Amino acid sequence: MNLTQEHTLDWRTAARNGLLGGTIILYFGAIGMVSTFSVRNMVGTFLNLGQILSIMGAIAAGLITGRTFLKADQRAKVIQMGALSGLLAGLPPLILIIMGTLVPNSTMFVNINAELVEILTFGLGALVGSLALIVVSGLMGVLGAAFVLLGEKYRKALINALLWVLLLGLFSENAGTVLQKFLGTSAVRWLFQNKSLNPIAAIIIFALTFAFSLFGVGNKGKTKIQSLPSEKQKQLRLIYIVLGLVFALALPWMVGTFLSQVLFIVGLYVMMGMGLNIVVGFAGLLDLGYVAFFAFGAYTMGVLTSPGGFTGGILNFWLALPIAILVGVTFGIILGFPVLNMRGDYLAIVTLGFGEIIRVLAYSNWLAPIIGGAQGVLGIPTPSLFGFRLGKPEYMYYLVLLGSLVAAFIAARLRDSRLGRQWMAMREDEDVAETMGINLVQTKLLAFAIGAGFSAASGAIFASRLQNIFPNSFGILVSINVLSLIIVGGLGSLPGVVVGAAILVGMPELLREFAEYRLLMYGLLLIVMMLAKPEGFWPEETRKRELHAKEDWDNNDADAEVVGAAD
Amino acid sequence: MKINLERLSWVDVFLWVFRVVAIALIIIGIVNTLSSGKYTSEQWGTLIFAGLAQGSIYALIALGYTLVYGILLMINFAHGDIYMAGAFTAVFLADKLATTGFLAVHPWLSLLLLMLLASTISMLLAVLVERIAYRPLRGAPRLVPLITAIGASFAIEYTFRGLYGPGFHSYPDVPPLMGDVNMGTFAVPRVQLVVFFAALVLMVALYYFVERTKMGKAMRAVAEDKEVAMLMGIDIDSVIVITFALGGALAGAAGIFNGLFRPQGVYFFMGFVPGIKAFTAAVLGGIGNIPGAMFGGLLLGIIEALGPNLFLEGLGIPAANQLKDAIAFTVLVLILIFRPQGIFGERLSEKKA
Amino acid sequence: MSKRIFAVLSLLVIASMLLAACGGGKQAYECTDPIGCVNIAPGDPIHIAYMLTVTGATAFLGEDSKGAIEIAIADRGGKLLGHDILLTGEDSGCSADGGQTAATKVAADPTIVGIVGTNCSSSATAALPTISQAGLVMISPSNTAPALTDPNGTWQPGYFRTAHNDKFQGRVAAEFAYNKLGARTAATIHDGSPYADQLQKVFAETFQNLGGKITFQGAINVGDTDMRSILTTVAADSPDVLYFPIFEPEGDFIVAQSAEIAGLENTTLMGADGLLADSFPEAAGPNADGMYLSGPYVTGADYDAFLKKWETQIGGKPPSGFHAFAYDGTNILFDAIEKVAVVEDDGTVHIPRQALRDAMSSTENFKGLTGTLTCTQYGDCATGQALGIFKITSAEINDGKWPPEVVWTP
Repeated sequence: MNLTQEHTLDWRTAARNGLLGGTIILYFGAIGMVSTFSVRNMVGTFLNLGQILSIMGAIAAGLITGRTFLKADQRAKVIQMGALSGLLAGLPPLILIIMGTLVPNSTMFVNINAELVEILTFGLGALVGSLALIVVSGLMGVLGAAFVLLGEKYRKALINALLWVLLLGLFSENAGTVLQKFLGTSAVRWLFQNKSLNPIAAIIIFALTFAFSLFGVGNKGKTKIQSLPSEKQKQLRLIYIVLGLVFALALPWMVGTFLSQVLFIVGLYVMMGMGLNIVVGFAGLLDLGYVAFFAFGAYTMGVLTSPGGFTGGILNFWLALPIAILVGVTFGIILGFPVLNMRGDYLAIVTLGFGEIIRVLAYSNWLAPIIGGAQGVLGIPTPSLFGFRLGKPEYMYYLVLLGSLVAAFIAARLRDSRLGRQWMAMREDEDVAETMGINLVQTKLLAFAIGAGFSAASGAIFASRLQNIFPNSFGILVSINVLSLIIVGGLGSLPGVVVGAAILVGMPELLREFAEYRLLMYGLLLIVMMLAKPEGFWPEETRKRELHAKEDWDNNDADAEVVGAAD
Repeated sequence: MKINLERLSWVDVFLWVFRVVAIALIIIGIVNTLSSGKYTSEQWGTLIFAGLAQGSIYALIALGYTLVYGILLMINFAHGDIYMAGAFTAVFLADKLATTGFLAVHPWLSLLLLMLLASTISMLLAVLVERIAYRPLRGAPRLVPLITAIGASFAIEYTFRGLYGPGFHSYPDVPPLMGDVNMGTFAVPRVQLVVFFAALVLMVALYYFVERTKMGKAMRAVAEDKEVAMLMGIDIDSVIVITFALGGALAGAAGIFNGLFRPQGVYFFMGFVPGIKAFTAAVLGGIGNIPGAMFGGLLLGIIEALGPNLFLEGLGIPAANQLKDAIAFTVLVLILIFRPQGIFGERLSEKKA
Repeated sequence: MSKRIFAVLSLLVIASMLLAACGGGKQAYECTDPIGCVNIAPGDPIHIAYMLTVTGATAFLGEDSKGAIEIAIADRGGKLLGHDILLTGEDSGCSADGGQTAATKVAADPTIVGIVGTNCSSSATAALPTISQAGLVMISPSNTAPALTDPNGTWQPGYFRTAHNDKFQGRVAAEFAYNKLGARTAATIHDGSPYADQLQKVFAETFQNLGGKITFQGAINVGDTDMRSILTTVAADSPDVLYFPIFEPEGDFIVAQSAEIAGLENTTLMGADGLLADSFPEAAGPNADGMYLSGPYVTGADYDAFLKKWETQIGGKPPSGFHAFAYDGTNILFDAIEKVAVVEDDGTVHIPRQALRDAMSSTENFKGLTGTLTCTQYGDCATGQALGIFKITSAEINDGKWPPEVVWTP
């Protein structure tokens, strides 16, 4: 919103914000999100997600307008301009009402229909309802604008409280299963009624969180740690690590089966992310066909252990796992050869091609006698440990936890090794690296091979959990997902992989009930996250410095700000 | 590229072995297939012409990739979905025109209208995507806009699914394009020739625009060196917007051509596969190079049409058509091993990578 | 833990048990079912779930089934045994991993009674162990893989389907081609889905056993648009019949493009229920005239009424061909729930899970949209007797007539 400050600030700014906010609501309405979400109650039966979505535009418009005017020291105008923004935010959705009323059964815009009109007009009929919509929007604009006038302390408390209520309402199912273990079934039943938060509970939670953040359990802890002597800091870090480990071990039993399954999937992607991070993040080789090695791992596991498979199941999981990794590594090298001389985007499309070739081969009748073709590999046994079958996601979680830890450990050691520095030198400039005496062939192939090994291990575990693998699990979406998660987390950063996997793999699983819009939200999330934090959520130190080197030049505060945000 | 010979030799040996084996397999396949006499020359002719029509559609989409890449050095991953947007929107107009009978009375005018609508929608969307997802990230590391592009791709797909629903639609038949044209011994569907030549006209027009007009000159200048171009008084932002708009308009036209050539299967996911194929075509020809994209598109179309029957069947591989995509990508790998910069590409890697 | 706390806790537990026993004043329902019961208090809804593919390229399948489930619920006024019906949706995708994750989610919710799903056999195969272990029942509108109802295959207790086992449909199609059309040579095409692959295998096997010759068994990929090269391969032998049990839009492309290929003039095209959707003839165009589709009877006044409901409640027409199966499946589930549920005076409902499974597998002569259904012990509710061969004519292609005439039944 820097633009607005340069121009003279008048009602036009407010109008533009309002119309923009309204257009977003128009968009959500036209693609059916408002109607679909209005079925989902958030608090009691009187606040649903569709309503929240349809007033969001007006509130946001009022908020931004209010903030802009406040920053420009025009305090007196904040409320009236907020109201204007809100009122105008009510205009674009009117298009939906008009279209929905005139053509209630459009074959083109399938989601603009009588149902949507009813939601948007509060069931008051088109004419009265339209007026009501504008008035409500105006009010919301005022609310949004009034919010910026609050003192900072109250503002923060209010945000906290609202967030808690909304998040609990949104994640009610998962929150319910977790809370059930601590509060008991009847308490949870009272708290959530059909996924919706009990109004009384909502008020109590709101009041509690509001009070808590107002009477400050602030961030005093952090400054204390930093002021400690380094010896003590080390000890503290050790304690944190141990606590973290205990937490990680106890996690599946606190969260239940479904969330364990989600953790399991996140873990698979963390393993893959660690591997791809070596290829893309450390060595700078853009690989869009990473799923190929995942497939190698999975199919090797399947073929070697399935009793109905090609080999008749000659090995068990623990014996097949190293072979799967070996197969992955071998193919990492074989597929690495042809691309040794390619750079940048040529590499990207060729690796994408490899991924597709492998997928197509998995489907093929040609290889079907060995790997099953369209019928897949069925009946892969679940791994067992000393006769104990790891048949539940809670148990398999430990396997990927171990795998992720090993992967992270190897990746961290490699990063700080001679090889790691060679990778990074190669990433920055191949020609210079070569002149410095780095063997590019060996360095590149090692990156591909190690990355492929991690992916194959992940694939092998995936196959043994799934028990049945089909070629369609190995599409390009997996490659895209892994690449996105390491960039969203922060390219080259190991904790970033975990953060990225949690956001891009974990979150969509938690929001399963909004299945139809899951991938839409995934796409929008990728854009928004990259716009907000191009360096990723947990960037690697050197990269962060590079990215902000220019800003530091102009403004020394910038660095401090970024570090603060990364914490 | 001074690399220790001793170190490189085994890689070179491997690559040479790979080349020889691949080419030997292709030749064996071709010889076996042709000597079996399973297919008549008419059948080969039919396949080639269908491949050309398909290839010209790939080429039109590939041009969008190549234009953007030439100027911004970024892969506009959402381009396939921009193509879908135009084609998907225009199918409703086409349906209306067909049911009201307008299409039968004024077929050419209808086609023009459809083309206009599809191109406008795709163009607007391309510009919008640039404005929202790419422009704020111009100084960011190169992978960041790739991720927003992937995000934009998902967002566009599911936006249009939400707007128009998940079902399949088809373009109506256009009467004057029905029927065959006799080419000596065999007949080629008229629509294939029309699509091929219309696409060719658009491509030539684009080439002239880039080579001969002032705006085209500005585009080339920006592609060469942004900073210098800026110093010369070129408005970089507007050049980039024009580039996206051009790419979008061509993709929209490709959507209509596709609707004529292959009327079925219009739905929200229809842009994904052609998008990847067109990107492959652009790289095949040398990304950033306009004639390269055209040639790459046509080549890919023909390889896809002939490949399974010509190469694989002779090798005795069952259900060879399943491996069509594998052939397309194998050819890409082969060509890039011989020429890492693509068929028409300059050695971009030295300068920019 | 100290002894005192333990003592207090046990006292509390005993007290609450006593309270529970006395509170009702009547004898409480005792669940004797071996795999447990679902207890629904007055005012609580009866909770069922769907696991369908509602995202990605196969979203049309999921939307098709979902709409039918919603209509089935609306037909009962949204109520079952006086309780509201709550429908939870899970996206299982058309993949094994999607199926398993969705299954874990559904299985984690003890209030769910039964599931309608999945669309794709691969999802079901991966979902079944979890679903079965949780004591749930699942009825699928479109799984056709024979292994799913084969006790030596991937079958698990609690699994049912209204879709036709590939074994029935492939055989019916082959018999029709050999006996009725008099075909002696045939070629097949599948699309890499387990469904199509299996169906063409059964077709080819039956056809050969009857004495016919299979000239070519080919495959394409989902997402392919150009079928000319595979059709050219088929045309090299000019078979009497080309059987391609695949879906839209790939099926549309095969029909439309086969017109251009020299050598296919005398080849009869045959599809399966994947193409038995009203959008197909128009999309495929004039070349669909005279082709055949194998599939179930979905005809009659009931079906017309169903389509009317679809138009008013969902809008437009069903996007694929499995909605009637989903409708029947949902109703079989509801009927079974009604049959086994124990209703108390205050409206509390108990649904014993094993009894529900038994009730579903003893479903007999259920009059549904897809014919008269009788479920077997291993979950096959469609017996294949209600299959027929449909013929597409210009009336379907140009005048929007639907469904087409049934020209042959086994």
